[in-house]
Amino acid sequence: MNALPDAEALVPRLAAELAPRVTAASAMVGLYTGGAWLAERLHAALRLEQPLGLMDIAFYRDDYAAQGLKHDPKRTRLPFAVEGRDLLLVDDVLYTGRTVRAALNELFDYGRPRSVALVVLADRGGRQLPICAQHCGAQVEVPEGMRLRLKRDPAGRLRLELERAA
Amino acid sequence: MRILIRGGRVVDPASGRDATGDVFVADGRISQAAGEADRTIDARGLVVAPGLVDLAARLREPGYEYKATLESEMDAAVAGGVTSLACPPDTDPPLDEPGLVDMLRRRAKALERARVYPVGALTAKLAGERLTEMAELAEAGCVAFSQANAPLPDTQVLWRALQYAATYGFPVWLRAEDPWLARGGVAHDGEVATRLGLPGIPVFAETIALGTLLELVRATRTRVHLCRLSSAAAVDMIRAAKKERLPVSCDVGIHHVHLSDMDLGFYDAHCRLEPPLRSQRDRDALAAGLADGTIDCAVSDHAPVDEDGKHLPFAEAEPGATGLELLLPLALKWGRERGLALAATLARVTSDPARVLGVASGRIAPGAPADLVLFDPEAPWRVSAQSLRSQGKNSPFLGYELAGRVRATLVAGHVVFEQP
Amino acid sequence: MQRNPQLNAHGELQHLLSIEGLPREILLQILDTAESFAGVTEREVKKVPLLRGKSVFNLFFEPSTRTRTTFEIAAKRLSADVINLNIAASSQSKGESLLDTVANLSAMQADLFVVRHNASGAPYLIARHVKPHEHVINAGDGRHAHPTQGLLDLYTIRHYKKDFSRLVVAIVGDVLHSRVARSLIHGLTTLGAPEVRVIGPQTLIPAGVEALGVRVFHAMRAGLEDCDVVVMLRLQNERMNGALLPSAQEFFKHYGLTAEKLAAARPDAIVMHPGPMNRGVEIDTPVADGPHSVILPQVTFGIAVRMAVMSIVAGN
Repeated sequence: MNALPDAEALVPRLAAELAPRVTAASAMVGLYTGGAWLAERLHAALRLEQPLGLMDIAFYRDDYAAQGLKHDPKRTRLPFAVEGRDLLLVDDVLYTGRTVRAALNELFDYGRPRSVALVVLADRGGRQLPICAQHCGAQVEVPEGMRLRLKRDPAGRLRLELERAA
Repeated sequence: MRILIRGGRVVDPASGRDATGDVFVADGRISQAAGEADRTIDARGLVVAPGLVDLAARLREPGYEYKATLESEMDAAVAGGVTSLACPPDTDPPLDEPGLVDMLRRRAKALERARVYPVGALTAKLAGERLTEMAELAEAGCVAFSQANAPLPDTQVLWRALQYAATYGFPVWLRAEDPWLARGGVAHDGEVATRLGLPGIPVFAETIALGTLLELVRATRTRVHLCRLSSAAAVDMIRAAKKERLPVSCDVGIHHVHLSDMDLGFYDAHCRLEPPLRSQRDRDALAAGLADGTIDCAVSDHAPVDEDGKHLPFAEAEPGATGLELLLPLALKWGRERGLALAATLARVTSDPARVLGVASGRIAPGAPADLVLFDPEAPWRVSAQSLRSQGKNSPFLGYELAGRVRATLVAGHVVFEQP
Repeated sequence: MQRNPQLNAHGELQHLLSIEGLPREILLQILDTAESFAGVTEREVKKVPLLRGKSVFNLFFEPSTRTRTTFEIAAKRLSADVINLNIAASSQSKGESLLDTVANLSAMQADLFVVRHNASGAPYLIARHVKPHEHVINAGDGRHAHPTQGLLDLYTIRHYKKDFSRLVVAIVGDVLHSRVARSLIHGLTTLGAPEVRVIGPQTLIPAGVEALGVRVFHAMRAGLEDCDVVVMLRLQNERMNGALLPSAQEFFKHYGLTAEKLAAARPDAIVMHPGPMNRGVEIDTPVADGPHSVILPQVTFGIAVRMAVMSIVAGN
């Protein structure tokens, strides 16, 4: 099994990759929880002018009928106008693509952005929808029955971890 | 027909006798002699006791045939070991005409099951205004006069009714409840009703009316039987009244010595009863009062209600529980819990109510009517819509397992129910 | 002891019938979820697709425009289809029985029943008879419970006061007939409010209410002393001029909330009312419209709270 990439090392590389495309008007939206942590780091590194947006996709998931409202949703806050905006949507792990689908639907209920680019720390493949990331830290192979998660320690350091899927 | 009941545990509460032995039945009576029997019933392992005397069982005829019929309820009675029952006057029309009483008695007699003693209406239509022709009704077969659960708020009418009954020596059976204090109430006025948001009937609705009745008894010396005590305070008042030697007796519904308002749970409409189930303290006082004899006897207060009547929000549901088939097992349960001897337990549903009713049944002695019940005190059975013969399946004990199974019932020397 | 019919075998909320008997965790889950829905109501597209394709039947046996409207708004914001049935409470002898009505609607593929009825316990009866995928929300049953009102009151209190563990809350008025009061009392005691008071004349305080965990006051000023939250209950017309109270005027003099009486409470106390208000009976206009009053925010919070309740039960 390959060792997992070092999340801390990936953050500055992603920031460097994004730097050429951001403007004063660009805005960033991080998806709870791992995507929000990553977005906080990138937002600071890129010194974006627009305040950081944070989104919970709980009300847009496609598995409500089977799972119900499982965890306590957090409040989505987008402190900028979405209309006409170039947006960077940030998540920690890209897998089936359903989370991103839900996030796009929610974003469009706020307004019509000019563009949305997807930024992820890790892509583990296994897509079930036609979704891809414009900026990706690393491709990661995940063994059957495992989940790839982003963790943050009390000092704020990020690391990728594998855990058994529920 | 001559029947020998052999080898059973013969319990006669009136004399206190409790011993294995034989009982011989001839010509409808308990007989001294043995001799040739036409039939022998093997009663080994069973208790042989006087048939139960139930002072309050509604047969729903005339008028309420959709709830139950005379036939189904009489079947239920003997299946429950009840050989004599008094039925309240709250039929439709109420039992305020001799013709109605006569018809009821004839119909019951023709079915050849338990003995039925009609209780006549005290006032016409139970409306609490005009007295009924009590002498006529007594001639037609009424053993007492009552308002059932209908109020009689006009105390002057109440006074006159008691005086009139006393003239002929007729007993009057009344449930003490002040109709204004009870108005709108459906549960005991206390913590449970407050939590459930149900309008309550305070204890003093009973005690105020009871005080009034006892005062009138002092004045008229009418023989009054207080029906369905519900509170500890009422038991205390009766205790004092008996000490004073007032001509009063009283009963308690068998459900009320077991259940309290806690049993309402999440609005179980099967616990919607009149009077309401009160606090645990009241329940315990009723159970103790029945044990020490302050309360003369327990009754089933049998009230079959159809499903539609119970599938309603609590306050809208019809009050009442089916009881003829539960009187024996629930009485046994009460006796066990209080550590009473079997004879003492059974007294409260045999010899004591027989005394109140003024009938010769309720005891096992030579010459007494051969009204008997043979039962297995330990045999368990589950209370369910299938196991109940009454058309009323409404019981707070649905789904419970109770001990005490009737194997055979005899009335006037005939076997009217048998279950191996 | 019967299992709490509100919770399914996994201990999840499948019906909301009463705040009483709900564990603290579930109450907090509802309040926290409502918090997230509050954001939805502030943006332009005020809908989320959570209950799309689901049918919500508003079964109101007791008329009510405002509660029914807030449930309708909440359901529509969850993208559910809403059908309103205003059934005047009919007696047993005429019309359909309660259970027959529910059975008929069930046959029309209902998912959620929002029920208001004048008989305490009616929603429990319904909940016992619905199919496994159907959910019941109690919008008020007799004088027993009004759990969504209790929850939005809790939400409001948490919004302004943050910490329940230090609060003194007074509930004033017709507690005897109030389902709002009962629900709020259960919620506050479950969430750890150290002192909950009821204030009213003896005729309007139910028997054994102390057993719910409250202190009873008959004198308003004493009862309001050092209160953080004052909840005024609506006094219904039929209670006045009868055997319970002689007149609205006398009630207002002793139990109506005015600035002068409110001065006994803490300076930062909030004033709440479930609505609709009888101005000049339980509360006067300067207080109702004044700086302590959070009566209008209560209404706004009510939508988010009802969205939270519906989305939690419908998913279990």
